[in-house]
Amino acid sequence: MERHHIFRARGLTKMYDMGEVRVEALRNVDFDLYEGELLVLLGASGSGKSTLLNILGGLDAPTEGTVWYRDRELDTTDEDALTDYRRHHVGFVFQFYNLIPSLTARENVALVTEISDDPMRPDEALDLVGLANRLDHFPAQLSGGEQQRVAIARAVAKRPQVLLCDEPTGALDLETGRIVLRALERVNTELKTAIAVITHNAAIAGMGDRIVRMSSGQIASDEPNPDRVPINNISW
Amino acid sequence: MRSLRHKLVRDTWHNRGQVLSIAAVVATAIMTVLSMRGTYESLQHARDSFYQESSFPHVWARLERAPESIRSRIEAIDGVQAVDTRVRFMANLRLPDRIGSVTGLFSSVDPEVHALGQLVLRSGRLPGTRERDRVVINEKFSEANGLEEGDTFDGIINGQMRHLMVVGVAISPEYMYPLAPGSIFPDHETFGLIWMGREVLAAESDMEGAFNEVALQLRGGAREAAVIDALDRILKPYGGQGGYGRSEQISHQFLEGELAQNRNTGTLIPAVFLAVVAFLLNMVLRRLVDTQRQEIAVLKAFGYTNATVGWFYLRFALLAVFMGTVVGVVVGTWLGHVMVDLYKEYFVFPDLSYRFGVDLVAIAVVISILSAAVGALGGVRAATSLPPAEAMRPKAPARFRPGIFERMGFERWLSSTARMVLRNIERQPVKSFLSAMGVAFSVAILVLGMFMFDAIEYMMDLQFNQVQREDISLVFERPLPESVQTEIEHHPSVTEAEIFRSVPVRLIHGHLEKEAGIIGRRLGDDLQRIVDEDGREIRLPSEGMVLSRFLADELGLDGPGMVWAEVLEGSRPVRTVAVVDIVDDFLGASAYMELGALHRLAGGTRSVNGANVKVFPGTRDAVMDEMATLPSIAGVSSPRKMYEIFREQMDEGFLLGVFFLVFFSSIIALAVIYNGARIALSERGRELASLRVLGFSRQEVAVLLFSEQGLITFVAIPIGWLLGYWMSWAMVNAFVTESYRIPFLVDTGTFVFSAAATILAAVLSSLVVRRRLNRYDLISVLKTRD
Repeated sequence: MERHHIFRARGLTKMYDMGEVRVEALRNVDFDLYEGELLVLLGASGSGKSTLLNILGGLDAPTEGTVWYRDRELDTTDEDALTDYRRHHVGFVFQFYNLIPSLTARENVALVTEISDDPMRPDEALDLVGLANRLDHFPAQLSGGEQQRVAIARAVAKRPQVLLCDEPTGALDLETGRIVLRALERVNTELKTAIAVITHNAAIAGMGDRIVRMSSGQIASDEPNPDRVPINNISW
Repeated sequence: MRSLRHKLVRDTWHNRGQVLSIAAVVATAIMTVLSMRGTYESLQHARDSFYQESSFPHVWARLERAPESIRSRIEAIDGVQAVDTRVRFMANLRLPDRIGSVTGLFSSVDPEVHALGQLVLRSGRLPGTRERDRVVINEKFSEANGLEEGDTFDGIINGQMRHLMVVGVAISPEYMYPLAPGSIFPDHETFGLIWMGREVLAAESDMEGAFNEVALQLRGGAREAAVIDALDRILKPYGGQGGYGRSEQISHQFLEGELAQNRNTGTLIPAVFLAVVAFLLNMVLRRLVDTQRQEIAVLKAFGYTNATVGWFYLRFALLAVFMGTVVGVVVGTWLGHVMVDLYKEYFVFPDLSYRFGVDLVAIAVVISILSAAVGALGGVRAATSLPPAEAMRPKAPARFRPGIFERMGFERWLSSTARMVLRNIERQPVKSFLSAMGVAFSVAILVLGMFMFDAIEYMMDLQFNQVQREDISLVFERPLPESVQTEIEHHPSVTEAEIFRSVPVRLIHGHLEKEAGIIGRRLGDDLQRIVDEDGREIRLPSEGMVLSRFLADELGLDGPGMVWAEVLEGSRPVRTVAVVDIVDDFLGASAYMELGALHRLAGGTRSVNGANVKVFPGTRDAVMDEMATLPSIAGVSSPRKMYEIFREQMDEGFLLGVFFLVFFSSIIALAVIYNGARIALSERGRELASLRVLGFSRQEVAVLLFSEQGLITFVAIPIGWLLGYWMSWAMVNAFVTESYRIPFLVDTGTFVFSAAATILAAVLSSLVVRRRLNRYDLISVLKTRD
C-alpha cells in the first residue's frame, strides 16, 4: 500500500541568534509524516524536537530547507498563509493546556468550530475525549487531565489532517496521563488523524507506529514500531 | 539592593509606555491645578488687595441732584462707616485721530478728600479740585487711543466744547471691567473714564455744592439691605434711583462671575485628573506586582521583607509622579502666566501677577503617591500572602462565570469571542466601571467646554441678529418730543428710525422689589424686538408689560400677574401694572411696554430719550461721527460694531480654547484606554497567543483585545454626554446674573465632536498597543507557564 505524505521536510536548519551566541537547533533534518500514523518524537530537552514541530505547524520558520504539507510547499514567510494553514489543517496540543479561562469547555471548542469549514459539533468533540458531562465547566473547575482533554477536543474539532502534541502529558501524573494518551489514541484510530507526539519520556514511545529519536538537532534514529504497546501497559 | 535597582530600571523601561502615560496625566493634573486654580487665586488675591487698599465701597446710589448738606444724614445711617459723594455724567468726546463716536464717563475727583474707591495712578498726577480742563483718564482708554500725559482731546460738556489735557493715567476699582452703559463687553477705543476736579466738574454741570452719586462703606456686621433702605428714603426727594450693593455693581459682578467660573473649573477639572491618576496608578501597580508574583516569591525566599519589596514597586510609581510633577509645574506655571496675562486684557488691576499655592501642588502629589502606594502595597500583600513555594507555582486559571447577558438568555446570539469580552469586563466590575468613568469624564470635559462656546455663540447671535438689529443706537442728552423721529428719518443716510423711552422704576411684588428700567417702544417696531431663548418673537402688548425672566424671578412671579411700579423720575408716581408675559432672555434685565402705555404710567410729557437707527450700508461710521457732535445727543453706539469686535475676539479665543480642551481630555482618554489595553495584553497574552495558534489572524486577535476597551469606550460615551450635559446645566445655573444668563443648549455637533475626539484617542492608544501585540512571540508565550 502506498503511503501518502502529510509532511515532507527536507534539509531543515534552524539557527537562533541568542545575543553573541548562535544556537543551531536543527541541522539539515529530513523528516516525513504519513497519513493516519501515530508518530512519537523522542528526545532530551534541547534536542530540537519542539523546533521541528513548530516549523511543521507553521509557528516558526526554518533558516534553511523546505516543508511540504501534502503536495503544497509551506511559505513560512507569509503570515496570512500560515494563519490560514493553522486554522484549517493542523491541530496543536501543548504541555500547558492554554485554554481560554473565560470560556467553558464547550465554548473553548466552539472558538475553533466557529472559524472552521466543516467542524464537528463541540459536544461531539468533547464526547470523543470522554468529557460529555463537563461541557459547561470553566477551566478553573476542571482538573489538569480534563483541561488537557478539552485542549485535545479543541484541536480535533476542526477535523485536521494532523495533530501536533508537544509534551501533552508533561504536567500530568501517570493515571491522568494515560487518560490523555487514550484520548489521543482514539482520535488516531477513529478519525484517522495523523498524530505527532513529542516527548522526552521514553515510556510513551511504545504507543507509536513509528519512533523517531532526535539529539543535538539531528535525527538519530527512525524506526517503525510494529507492536504498539497498549496504553494500559505504559507507565512511568 | 543594587540588583533590585537594576531590576527597577529594566522594569521601568519595559513598561515605559505606562510610566509615560501616567506621568502625562499627573502632569496635566498639576497643570490644571496651577493654571486654573492658580489663575483663580491670583485674581482673587489681586482683587482683595485692590479693594482693601482703595477702600472699595459696599453700596452705591445714583440720584438726580442732592445738596451736600444731606451728607450728614447719610453718615448718620446705622452701619455706615464712610460716605463719598460724587458728580458723574456721560459726555461725548472728540479725539484727535479717531473717527467715530467716543463717549466718556466723567467723574469728580478731589485729591484733598479721602475718597472711596480711590484711583491708583499709573502715571502723572491727579488734577486739583479747582484746576480747569485737566483730566485723568483710565489706563485702557489711554492705551487704546495712544493718549498720554500732556496730550489733549475735546469733550462736549453740557453742550460746550471743552479742550481737555491729560495730566495722569489711573485705574479705578469700580471699573476693573470698564464697560460703557448698555454694553456687554468693553471697547476701550470708544469708551473712556475721565476724572476731573470736583469743583470745576460741578461748575460745568450745574452741580455746585451738590452730587448725583453717592458711595458708602459699611461697618463690619452692618446689614446692607437695611442701609440701602435708609439711604433710599433719604434720597427719594432728590430723584434717588435706588441703592445697590456690590452684587449689582457691574465691574464687581463681572469679576465675581469670572472668579466663580475659575473657582469651579479650577476645582472640578483638577479633581477629575487626580481621580484618574489615582485610578491608573493603582491599577497599573497592582497589575505589575501581579505579573511578577513569582519574582516576588523568589525575592521573599531569599529573605527580602514585604516592606522592601513594596518600596521597590512604589518607586516605579514615584518615578511617574516625579516626572509628571516636574513637567506639570513647568508647563502649568507658564500656562498660569499666560492665562493671567489674558485676564489683564479684560480686567484692570494695579498689581495682578501670577501666583500659586505650593500647598495645591503638594496635595496633587500626595494624592498621586498615596493612590500608587495603595495599589503597590495591595498587590504586594496579595503576592506575599502565599508562602514563597506556592507563589512560585503557576497561578490557577482565573475563575469565570457566564455573563449577565447569557444569564438573561441572550446566549445564542453571542459568539465565543463576544462571550470572552463580556466575561472579562464583568469579572472586574470595579476596574471596568472606573475605566468607563475615566473615559466618560474625558467626553464630559469636551461637552462642557464646547457647550460654553456654543452658548456664547448662540447668545451673541440671538442678541445681535434677532434682538438688536439697529446699526446705531442713540441716547439723547435730555428728553425730546416724539416728533424727533421724523427729524432723524430725514437724515439722508437713515433708512429707518425707531424712538424709545427708558424709565427707571422700582418694581414691587408682595414683599419683593427690584429696580429696573422699562423700555417703551411703539407697536410694530422691529429694529429691536423681544425675542426669547428659542428665537421666538414676543409681541409687545398694547397694555401691560413684558418682563425678563430674571426680573420675574427676583419678584417671585412665575406667570402673568400684577406688580406695583414706582417711577424713579419726574413726579415719581406709583401705579399698578399688569405683567402679561415673561421672556426668557440672556442679556440684561429689562421690562418692556408700549410707548403710550409707558407715558401713561410715568406721567409728564410724552418725551423719548433715545432712538435706534438703520442706515444705508457703508455710512454707519460717518453717521456715528456726525451724531456724536450734536449737542442733543449724549451717546452714540453701534451694536453691530460690538458684534464685530466680539466675533474677532471669539474667533481668536475659540481655536486656542478648543485645542486645550481636546488636549486635556484626550490625555485622560489616551491614558485610560492605553493602560487598559496594555494591562489586558499582559494579563491575556497567553490567551491571545493560543488563539493565534488556533488559527486566528492578527487582525482577529487585535479586535478581540480591543473590543473590551472599545466596549468600555462605547458605554462611556453616552455616560460622558450625560455627565457633560449635567455639568453644563450646573454651569448655567451658577451664572444667573443681572447682566447675563447662559442659554442652556448643547449643540448636536458638540456631542458628535466629543465622541469623535474620544474615539480617536481610543484608536490611537490601541494602535500603540497593537504594535506590541504584533511583536509578540507566539511560541515563547505558550511555552512558558503563566
